[in-house]
Amino acid sequence: MKNLLKRKTSWFSSGSPWIWLNGGAVAICMLMVVGLLGLIAVRGFGHFWPADILQTSIVDRDGQRQIVMGEAVRDEIISASVARDGGYTIAPDVELITRHLFKLGNRDVNGRDFVWFLDIGMEKWEYPADAISIERREWGNFYGYPVAIKEQDNVVSELSSADFWAQLDQRLTRALDLHDKIHRIEKVDIGRINNQMDELRLERRRLELDGITGAQLASADAELAERRAALEAEYDVVKKERDEILAQATRDKLLARTADGKEVVIAFDHIVRVTRPNEMGVFAKSGQYLERFWEFMTAEPREANTEGGIFPAIFGTLTMVIVMSIMVTPFGVLAAIYLREYAKQGTFLKIIRISVYNLAGVPSIVYGVFGLGFFVYTLGGNLDELFYAESLPSPTFGTPGLFWASLTLALLTLPIVIVSTEEGLSRIPSTIRQGSLALGATKAETLWKVVVPLATPAMMTGLILAIARAAGEVAPLMLVGVVKLAPALPVDGNYPYLHLDQKIMHLGFHIYDVGFQSPNVEAARPLVYATSLTLVLLIIALNISAIRIRNSLREKYRSASD
Amino acid sequence: MSPTALVEPIKLEVKNLDLFYGPKRALNAVNMKIPEKKVTAFIGPSGCGKSTLLRCFNRMNDLVDACRIEGEILLEGSNIYDKAVDVAELRRQVGMVFQKPNPFPKTIYENVAYGLRLQGVKSKRVLDEVVEKSLRGAALWDEVKDRLHDNAFGLSGGQQQRLVIARAIAIEPEVILLDEPASALDPISTLKIEELINELKHQYTIVIVTHNMQQAARVSDYTAFMYMGDLIEHDLTDTLFTNPSKKQTEDYITGRYG
Repeated sequence: MKNLLKRKTSWFSSGSPWIWLNGGAVAICMLMVVGLLGLIAVRGFGHFWPADILQTSIVDRDGQRQIVMGEAVRDEIISASVARDGGYTIAPDVELITRHLFKLGNRDVNGRDFVWFLDIGMEKWEYPADAISIERREWGNFYGYPVAIKEQDNVVSELSSADFWAQLDQRLTRALDLHDKIHRIEKVDIGRINNQMDELRLERRRLELDGITGAQLASADAELAERRAALEAEYDVVKKERDEILAQATRDKLLARTADGKEVVIAFDHIVRVTRPNEMGVFAKSGQYLERFWEFMTAEPREANTEGGIFPAIFGTLTMVIVMSIMVTPFGVLAAIYLREYAKQGTFLKIIRISVYNLAGVPSIVYGVFGLGFFVYTLGGNLDELFYAESLPSPTFGTPGLFWASLTLALLTLPIVIVSTEEGLSRIPSTIRQGSLALGATKAETLWKVVVPLATPAMMTGLILAIARAAGEVAPLMLVGVVKLAPALPVDGNYPYLHLDQKIMHLGFHIYDVGFQSPNVEAARPLVYATSLTLVLLIIALNISAIRIRNSLREKYRSASD
Repeated sequence: MSPTALVEPIKLEVKNLDLFYGPKRALNAVNMKIPEKKVTAFIGPSGCGKSTLLRCFNRMNDLVDACRIEGEILLEGSNIYDKAVDVAELRRQVGMVFQKPNPFPKTIYENVAYGLRLQGVKSKRVLDEVVEKSLRGAALWDEVKDRLHDNAFGLSGGQQQRLVIARAIAIEPEVILLDEPASALDPISTLKIEELINELKHQYTIVIVTHNMQQAARVSDYTAFMYMGDLIEHDLTDTLFTNPSKKQTEDYITGRYG
C-alpha cells in the first residue's frame, strides 16, 4: 500500500498561492477603503470637538514680545534657514525648529486668523479658565476674555458678578430666539409676499403679450393695483414686526477683551455660540460636539461656506438624486425592454448596444457640456419662449437649474440602468415566459405581468449603481445647475412647492468650492473632510435603502431564477 | 400512420407535418390521429422529436425563430396553422404543462387566476370558485387551501407541478399537453401526478411526452413511438408494449437502445 501520509502534492499545485494572492488582493482593497474612510472621518469629525484655548507669549520677527491666544491647530518641523529667510534671528548652530499653527480668530482685530509661530522664544502654554471662544455670524471666531454685559449702554453684569455666566446664557438664548424669528419672517413671510408680487408683475406682462389693450387692460390694471396694494400693506405689517424684533435683538452687547488688552464690543445678535472650553469636562465637550455636529448638518453656510452648516448642499444633492432616479428609471427600463424583448437581434442591434454600453465611458464633463448646450440653451430656451414668455428676458428654464442637472445625470446614468435591466431580463427563465404564453397570454401581457416584475431586482441594482455614480458626480453639474451658494432650497411652501428651475447646492461641488475656491484655506480644510464624509454617508444611506428594497423584491421572487 | 383500433372521436389530427429548425429537419411527414378524452403518450429516445411534435399542438414552436413548419394540424377539423388563427385563443384551448414546474412569482391564488384575469374576468366570486375548482381538480386544494395567498414558490416541486396543472385547467382547455411533467419530481410526487392524469382524462384530451416507458404504460391509453423525427408506431398502449408491429419499437421497449 502506498503511503498516504507522505505529501506528494507540491505547495504550488495545491492552490495555496492562489488563495493567498486572492486573499491578499481583498486585504489590500479593504485596507485602502478603510484607510480612506478613516482619514476622512478622523480629520472631518475631529473638527467639531471643542479645542482648548491656549495663551502664550511669543517673540516676533522684530524681537518684540507678543501675547497670543487661540487654538493650536498643528505643528511642523522646518529647517532653520527657512525661518532665517523669513526674517527671524536664529542662533547659527540651530538647524531644525518647530513651528506651531495657531488659530487666532479675531479677524476684525488682527486681520489674519491662522498664523505660524516659532517654538523658539515661546513661553509655556497656559489655558486660562475664563478664556472664551465666541462663534460669530461675521468675522469668524473671537478668542478673549469677557468683561461685561451691556443692555443698551448700561452695564448689567460684570465678570466678577456671581450671575455673569447665567446672564450671558440667558441673554444669548433670547438673542438666538429673536434671530430665528427674524430669519423665519424674512424667509417665509417676506419670501411669500415677494413671490406673489412677482406673480402680479408676470400676470401684467402676460396680459400685454396676449394683446389685451384699452379698457380691458385698464380694468385688469386696476384689479392688479388693488392686489398689489393689499400685498404692500401686508408687507408693511410684516416689515414692522421684523424691525421691532430687530430692535430688540440689538439691545444686548457683550464687552470683551482680547489677550493683548484691546476692548471689543460684540452685539448679541451676531453671536452664534459662546463656549469656555478650558472649563469644560469631557461630558460638556461631548454635548458641545453633538450640538456643533447637528448645526453642521442642519444649518446654512456662513462666511463664504467656511463656517456654519451644509444643509442646503445635503438637501440639494438628495433632491437632485431623487429627481434623477424618477427620470432615469422609466427611460432605462423601457429602452432595455425594447432592446431585449422586441428589437430584432442582429448586427444593427449589436452596434446600438455597444454604443449604449460605451456611453458609460464618456467623460462626465462631456455630458455637462451637452447638457448646457442642448438641455439648458436649446430645450430650456424654447420652453421659456413657449411657456414662460412673460418673464423673458430673464430666463426660467433657459438657465442651469435642478431639472437640467437631474436630466444630465439621468442621461449619464442611463447606460447603467439599461445594462442592468437587460441582464435582469435575460436571466428570467424561458420556462416562465412559456408558461404564461401557454395560458393564452400575448407577448405584452407576459412581459408586464410576469417578466418585468421578476426583473425588478435587476432594475433596482441598476438604480443603485446609478445613484452611487450620480451622487458623487461634480464636473457636469458645475455647468448645468449647481452653484456655490443657492439663495433658497428647491422645495418650499410657495406653489408649486418643488422648484425645478432653481439652482441648487451640491455636496460634491461644495467640497470643491470649500477646498479650492475658499479665501480661508485653513478654516476650510476640516470642512472639506467633514463634507466628504457626509457625502459618503449620504451615498451609503441612499444605497442601503435601495439595497433593502431590492432584497425584499428578491426575497419575493426568490426561487424563480433557480 | 394510425392504429386500426382508433374508433373514438378524433380530437387532433396531424397531416403530413414537416418541421425544420433552420436547415435541420426535426419531423418527417408525421401523420397521426389523437382520440378525444384519452391519454396519448409519446415515447422515444432523446432528440426523436416527441417534444417538438407536442409543441406543435399549441404552436409553442412559433417562439423559435429558425423554426419552419409544413403540413397541417387539425383541431376538431380546423387547421391551427391557418393564418387567421389567433394563437392566444388556440393556447387557451390547448393548455400545456412543462417539464420543470414554472409557477409565476405570484400567490397560489393569483397563479391559478392568471388565465382568467387575462380573459378579463374580474368578479371575485367567479375567480374564487374557479380557483377552488381547479385546485381540487389538480388534487392540491386540501394542501393549500389555508395559504392561498402565500407565494407559490413556497410549495414543493410536486405541489408546484400540480399548481401548474391547476393553472392550466382553470381556463378549461380542450386538450392538455404534458411535456415530461414528472421528470423533475420525486417518486411520490410522480405517483400523484399520474393519479391526477387518470382523473383528468375523463374531461380532457391529454397528450403526454415521457422518457419513462413504465409511466407511459401506466397512464396512457394510446402510445406513439417516435424515432429520429419519424412516427414509427402508434397503437393502443397494451398492443404497442406487448405486441409491437415494428422491430424498432420492439428494440426500444426491450431496452436495446435509447
